[in-house]
Amino acid sequence: MPSHTFSVNGKSVTVDAPSDLPLLWVLRDLLGIRGPKYGCGIDVCKACTSHLDGAAINPCVVPVSEAAGHEITTIEGLANGDTLHPVQEAWLDVDVPQCGYCQPGQIMAAAALLKTTSTPTDADIDAIANVCRCGTYVRIREAIKAAAEKMA
Amino acid sequence: MAVARRRFLTYLVAAPTLTVAAQLVMDAVAPATASAVIPTAPAIADLVDLGDILILAGLPTSDMLVLAVGEDGTATLGLPREEVGQGLTTAIAMLVAEELDLPLTDVRIELDDARPELLFDQLTGSSNSIRSLYDPVRRAAAAARVRLVAAAAARWGLAAGKLTTGNGSVVAPDGRTASYGSLSVAAADASLTGLTVTLKAESQHTLVGTPTSRIDARKIVTGRQEYTLDLDIPGAKPCMVRRPPTVNGTVKSVANEAAIRAMPGVLDVVVIPTGVAVVAETFGQALAGKDALEVAWGPGTIDGLSDDGIRTKLKAAAPSFSFLALTKHIDAEFDFAFVSHAPLETNSAVADVRSDHATIWSGLKSPIVAQQTIAAELGLPEDKVTVHVVQAGGSFGRRLFFDAALEAAQVSKASGRPIRLMWSRIDDMRHGRMRPATHHKLRATYALGQVLTFEHRVAAVETDFRHGLGEILTAMAAKLPTGLGNETIAQTLFLTTVKSPYNFGVTTQTLTEVPLTMHTGSWRSVYSANARGAEEILVDELATAFGKDPLSFRRTFLKSDAQRAVLDKAAAAGNWGRTMPPGHAQGIAFHEEYKSRTACLVEIDATDPKAPRVTKAVVAVDVGRPINPRGLEAQMLGGLTDAISTTLRAGLHIDKGLPLEGSYSQFHYARQKNSPTDVQVIVLPPAADAEPGGAGELGVPAAVGAIANAYARATGTHPRTFPINFDVDFTPFPR
Ligand code: FES
Ligand code: FES
Repeated sequence: MPSHTFSVNGKSVTVDAPSDLPLLWVLRDLLGIRGPKYGCGIDVCKACTSHLDGAAINPCVVPVSEAAGHEITTIEGLANGDTLHPVQEAWLDVDVPQCGYCQPGQIMAAAALLKTTSTPTDADIDAIANVCRCGTYVRIREAIKAAAEKMA
Repeated sequence: MAVARRRFLTYLVAAPTLTVAAQLVMDAVAPATASAVIPTAPAIADLVDLGDILILAGLPTSDMLVLAVGEDGTATLGLPREEVGQGLTTAIAMLVAEELDLPLTDVRIELDDARPELLFDQLTGSSNSIRSLYDPVRRAAAAARVRLVAAAAARWGLAAGKLTTGNGSVVAPDGRTASYGSLSVAAADASLTGLTVTLKAESQHTLVGTPTSRIDARKIVTGRQEYTLDLDIPGAKPCMVRRPPTVNGTVKSVANEAAIRAMPGVLDVVVIPTGVAVVAETFGQALAGKDALEVAWGPGTIDGLSDDGIRTKLKAAAPSFSFLALTKHIDAEFDFAFVSHAPLETNSAVADVRSDHATIWSGLKSPIVAQQTIAAELGLPEDKVTVHVVQAGGSFGRRLFFDAALEAAQVSKASGRPIRLMWSRIDDMRHGRMRPATHHKLRATYALGQVLTFEHRVAAVETDFRHGLGEILTAMAAKLPTGLGNETIAQTLFLTTVKSPYNFGVTTQTLTEVPLTMHTGSWRSVYSANARGAEEILVDELATAFGKDPLSFRRTFLKSDAQRAVLDKAAAAGNWGRTMPPGHAQGIAFHEEYKSRTACLVEIDATDPKAPRVTKAVVAVDVGRPINPRGLEAQMLGGLTDAISTTLRAGLHIDKGLPLEGSYSQFHYARQKNSPTDVQVIVLPPAADAEPGGAGELGVPAAVGAIANAYARATGTHPRTFPINFDVDFTPFPR
């Protein structure tokens, strides 16, 4: 079985896995990193959203081989130790989560957006396609705007 | 009816540190009674609603709640309910913290395992949890507090009456303090007797009633909140199930079992009643294995059936009106499609079945029935099956059923290893539960500025209540008001949840069910989203017939000032009646259930009628006594989003025995781009002496009405089928 070396949340890892095995299952089942969630497996719900070299990806459709040599960040690695990322802070301030299942993906999507777009418009926020079945969208929008202000 | 005043017993539980239990005992059940319009007699749901019945059913169970204070000064309450995002654990923790004078951060809430001794009191549904737990939780905490005070009094040789509590400590008049942790052993001493437990006056509440963030929010935003499949159960292997091409189809044979077993990572292939399970090292490999299976399938239970056929059956089932249209009248018929619960966490469970015992982990709202069923399936005594209730990623009624837990148990037994079983999203939508399709016939007759009669005939595909609720209603039958006890379970549910808030003369609402063997289940607000949604549309059309504005028409015909107060709040905050550009419009609606009421005002942009967007919403809500206004607001936001989705775009098409939708790209639950950018939720302050009403399902029906009414005005149409835009705009996945 081929082995793949990449970094997850700042630590280098090597896994033996079929090259086409989606990264989501490498993270969850082989590495025990269970922040990224399964919601569809086909790049629709975005519950699994994580970062590859800082940009949003959906590991449910990224083969593990494509991670090789790159830096993967999951929700577990977004904070700096006990210091939360401003997006996480804003999520707490606004009390966004309900069931919480979509929120790791929502937060990673928002963090990636703010990296490229420091003052997102409503249209920028509308473009985030992550499903929240609990309907927390109003608070997500508010939190993204609050985080953008904090980071400015 | 108000469930009559309760008296309580609390017990000291033998334990090294302070542990108390609160029992509920009911004195009596006394229904209370509840008129320039023709008054409508109170509906059954005005007298006794489903939540009341569940409260009654839960009363006889002893030692219902156990609260322990540890030497570290924290208080831990075992909660016989499920948390699925509705914010229950936070609200309950607030009640404990308030009554104990303990910081909220020192309160822990643990979800109880299945506790069969609770009989009927471990079912999470019908917006009933806060209503049923408000008193006993406070009672348990007050009992703990009085013992802590007594222990401090004994230690200091002071009269207990001289001592106060605050911030997790008992305080003496001279300023000395003793932390709860330091008193928790002494307070467990059974010789401390003769203590009187008094609840804090609600007017003294400082935490309860104030907006409070979720106790688990930090865990959630850091990715540390564990859902069922995040648990580390040693040796548990991923498993997915290949399911039939039609609902309830059966496995005849598997053609390529050996080839599947040879696939990378595949550990086992097991036939279970619902399909063929593949066990593997990772879910990715289990999924690949399941997809590669070649299975010959037997027929399902609705193979020939599609939406058209179902709608024809429903139309035929709806009885005709009893009032002839002799005066002026409005008739209207509505159809609502099937709707998936579609919680973001798909159906999942972990099971570890051994020869003489079994352990189950899953998100379960009815764990006792799950335990009983799984024990019977495995041939084990019930007490050998431990069922852990795990916090879950959404429910909306879905997790009243325990199908994944049952399957995981079956596979674990057959495969001889612990199993982590997950449904694919496609299966979750196609073989999961759904809100039944309904057909509605409404007739309102009127003359001389009065509504004389209001009839509503609902025909619905049968809702499956075989998750314990049916048994509760059967057991409670003798205690229900006249006649109700003889009704079927579905009729009882309908009659105890659906009621019209208006004085519309002789009002009748009836349900006729069409039995189809498919996977249905109650969906947030059960019958009310469709039934009351349709009624609120007819109310707007009546207003037009009367030449009145929808707001002032509702004000005239609502039954009470409390109802009008909520409606007025929403109308004022939403600037009802403001001029809107062409293609845009406002809509308003009202709903009342489970002792709570709400009004919703929305603005819609329907300049493209095929792609409308709700741009703004104002929701006013009166739940009698809000525990956590921030959580309540979240529930209303959820109800609003559900209504936007199911009114405008989200539903399931049944095609030859199977839903076509298998993804959120097909079942169009709202995304951010479909959500309003301007939303205001107004929580009305508590009324004196009011008890908390239900809140979890309240938000949907009024929002359905408001959105449909706004769409109708914006487009000049009369929407009659829902969702309004419901084309098959996708290529279905293969079966
Ligand atoms: S699980 Fe990756 S997008 Fe849905
Ligand atoms: S918080 Fe439940 S799915 Fe978003």
